Amino acid sequence: MLNLTINGKAVTAPEGSTILEAAKYNHIKIPTLCHLDNIHSIGSCRICVVEVEGARTLQAACITKAVDGMVIETNSERVQKARKVLYELLMSDHNDDCLNCKRNTTCELQELGKMLGVEQSRFEGEQSSSPLDVSVSITRDLSKCVLCRRCITVCNEIQGVGILNAQNRGFETVIGPGMDLPLGSVNCSFCGQCTVVCPVGALKETSSVEKVWAAINDKSKRVVVQVAPAIRVAIGEEFGLPAGTRVTGKLASALSYLGFDDIFDTNWAADLTIIEEGTEFLNRVKNALTGRKSVLPMITSCSPGWIKFIEHTFPDQVAHLSTCKSPHMMMGAVVKSYYAAKLGIRPEDMFVVSIMPCTAKKSEIVRSEMKNNGVPNVDAVLTCRELADMIKEAGIDFVNLPDREFDVPLGMSSGAADIFGITGGVMEAALRTVYELVTGRELPFDKLHVTPIVGLERIKEATIKIENPLEQYSYLDGLEVKVAVTSGLKGARILMEQIARGESPYHFIEVMGCPGGCITGGGQPRSADPEVREKRLKNLYDEDESKTIRKSHENPYIISFYKEFLGEPNSHLAHELLHTHYVKRGKYNEHTTETFVLDVPKPEKRSIRTVKAAEPQEMPETVKVRSREELESVTILNLEAENKRLKRELEDTLETVDILKRVIADYVQQGK
Amino acid sequence: MDSNVLCKCREDSEEQKKYDEIRNIIDLYRGKEGCLIQVLHAAQKIYGYLPLELQRFIADALNIPFSEVSGVVSFYSFFSVKPRGEHTIRVCLGTACYVRGGKKLVEHIQKTLDVELGGTTSDGKFTFEVARCIGACGLAPAIMIDDVVYKQMTPTKLDSLLAKFYERGGEK
Ligand code: SF4
Ligand code: SF4
Ligand code: SF4
Ligand code: FES
Ligand code: FES
Repeated sequence: MLNLTINGKAVTAPEGSTILEAAKYNHIKIPTLCHLDNIHSIGSCRICVVEVEGARTLQAACITKAVDGMVIETNSERVQKARKVLYELLMSDHNDDCLNCKRNTTCELQELGKMLGVEQSRFEGEQSSSPLDVSVSITRDLSKCVLCRRCITVCNEIQGVGILNAQNRGFETVIGPGMDLPLGSVNCSFCGQCTVVCPVGALKETSSVEKVWAAINDKSKRVVVQVAPAIRVAIGEEFGLPAGTRVTGKLASALSYLGFDDIFDTNWAADLTIIEEGTEFLNRVKNALTGRKSVLPMITSCSPGWIKFIEHTFPDQVAHLSTCKSPHMMMGAVVKSYYAAKLGIRPEDMFVVSIMPCTAKKSEIVRSEMKNNGVPNVDAVLTCRELADMIKEAGIDFVNLPDREFDVPLGMSSGAADIFGITGGVMEAALRTVYELVTGRELPFDKLHVTPIVGLERIKEATIKIENPLEQYSYLDGLEVKVAVTSGLKGARILMEQIARGESPYHFIEVMGCPGGCITGGGQPRSADPEVREKRLKNLYDEDESKTIRKSHENPYIISFYKEFLGEPNSHLAHELLHTHYVKRGKYNEHTTETFVLDVPKPEKRSIRTVKAAEPQEMPETVKVRSREELESVTILNLEAENKRLKRELEDTLETVDILKRVIADYVQQGK
Repeated sequence: MDSNVLCKCREDSEEQKKYDEIRNIIDLYRGKEGCLIQVLHAAQKIYGYLPLELQRFIADALNIPFSEVSGVVSFYSFFSVKPRGEHTIRVCLGTACYVRGGKKLVEHIQKTLDVELGGTTSDGKFTFEVARCIGACGLAPAIMIDDVVYKQMTPTKLDSLLAKFYERGGEK
């Protein structure tokens, strides 16, 4: 334990803590902006500065280690003033039109302002040029960016995709794809993880709310809505409920109050997916065992972020993907064929809305493969956050809503469908059905949970031995089915590299694009609870266990659907409606012309005026001091100048020092 | 992924030779700490500038994201993503020069050479950039053409200086 003095009180903190952690440990709050617990700490915003006895300058609490005997002031006058000035400088380059901003009231910058007691910036600095970049899934509004770089860490370190990085320098710095290309034109997976960590309105889903309201208000349309499994354990958080609270019944109620005509459940289509995908898997294994052409391992295809990633990164391996559409696409296809026929409505007059934990699904629905007879399977995707916004907009008191059931026939599901929202869940659901189909016995695990693949680790694996199969599956006798599960694109890359080298030991792999699976997808509520993933996971497993039917093939509405409509699993009609193919894109889209750009930004020309604004010496002129006393207060001005200098210095130094050293080394080498 | 996918656009053998040379450099540096800057330096020397395709080539060969390469290229003013002119004019806009008329020089050049900041004249003669301090503050405003510093510049002096470059077909 360390012995410290914080704000005059003797306290202790665990060895190795930063000042921020030490303060938190003692219930002292230090404001932060760029810092993200356990993920991102680069000390760039300086909002967390504190005074440390003996140190000449203020120290950033999030990156400074606490040392035994340290005397720290977290809220002295000097600290408060410094924070305010830093904040005002941030705001001076910020497009602070909060009323027109999606993050209004959920914005970390606003919250910080409230905490610091700053109302308006005194610096009317020039605002850096900031184009709006709108792709089908994600909108980048750089006029809101505070350069915290959380998105860079998430995109590079956690997802390992590397789309976002700092471009240009100093005042012109923007966070974005290389050469300022629009996001929709590069190999972004649209996983949306960057939109979850962005503290402000700079990275967000491209909104479909208007489109959905218009459809609801259009009397000529039958508007069908469906909800992904992961929504039911997350959306409550948007209304102040604890992380992971199960609100399935309230959710269905809210949708009906919003005016949707049919409230269906993507879960039903998840059960359908298991039948189609399980059958496909058995066929592939059979072909492989009997010496016919077959591609193994087979990989799940429910996660469009993952799909886009593999199409860009491993275009030669797309044959490993199951040909099944993702569940909500299957639902769309079924609604506009089977259900439309039942109602006697033309598919063109139906409007299908999917409520998804995912930003990638927004681009999935515009793909040309996701149409039947020229009619798109799904018309709009709303993220969980967007649906919450609509519910708030409609003035619905979500927390006090009565429970409601989903509508039949496409709203009834098994427990296996619920766990589609968690890493490992699709695999478990598939195994529950495939094992039983092949052996006639239930999957031999306690409560049907395949424990080795339950949990949040990056890569999990399991082996299931098939013994005494039914007669028609005798060729599987003794087979040890090896499966692997990964979530997050970094893990996916590891498994794909193994496949590309021809060394993959697996038969079946489940990949979800977001770390943890859909429960923490790119469209889910931003949570401050550090255990949010564990809580949503647990509640979704509870939801599964609460169902009487736990296996997809026992869902009566699936059984009758095959009888009435599709015939056999993988039948011709099933292929037409429920299966798809993939596009080899290549890392730089070299194999395709398709892009997902909605609005190409015109990069503004660099002008001499921005060069001027970047001059530090110009600073005092741009300071507009509001009151006389302040003008007279030399200390404040000095402090402000020092902070501005510090901030600038830090920005430059952080990036430059290391690299410059290498350049010098290079020149020295050349010189000798 | 192999970077060969990009090779198909380089039928031109001159071009291919440059790429081969760059690839050799990359093989030399690969895996070493901070090799990106060195590779970029060498590549710019060989190719003249760093167009998008070349940046991607380097990103793939070093197995790092393209956005990172582009980030470094755009961070340093000595890297250029556009073809460069025969000569580079840099007008100093450090404090001293700025105060003593550096900005006027910038405007003057933009007008007389019809070139944007960071751009190259249409005849390929000059690339126009600004610099921070170039160490001649005592005799500000200063400019640099290639490696030579010219002090106490005025628009008139500048005109005759530029004229000389055109007359002599670009002296060294
Ligand atoms: S990002 Fe936050 S502070 Fe900025 S405009 Fe949006 S709500 Fe307001
Ligand atoms: S959506 Fe995912 S891949 Fe795309 S920039 Fe954001 S984090 Fe990176
Ligand atoms: S886009 Fe958002 S997350 Fe990324 S640097 Fe800007 S403010 Fe931070
Ligand atoms: S929160 Fe510590 S520097 Fe940003
Ligand atoms: S400011 Fe121009 S040379 Fe120093």
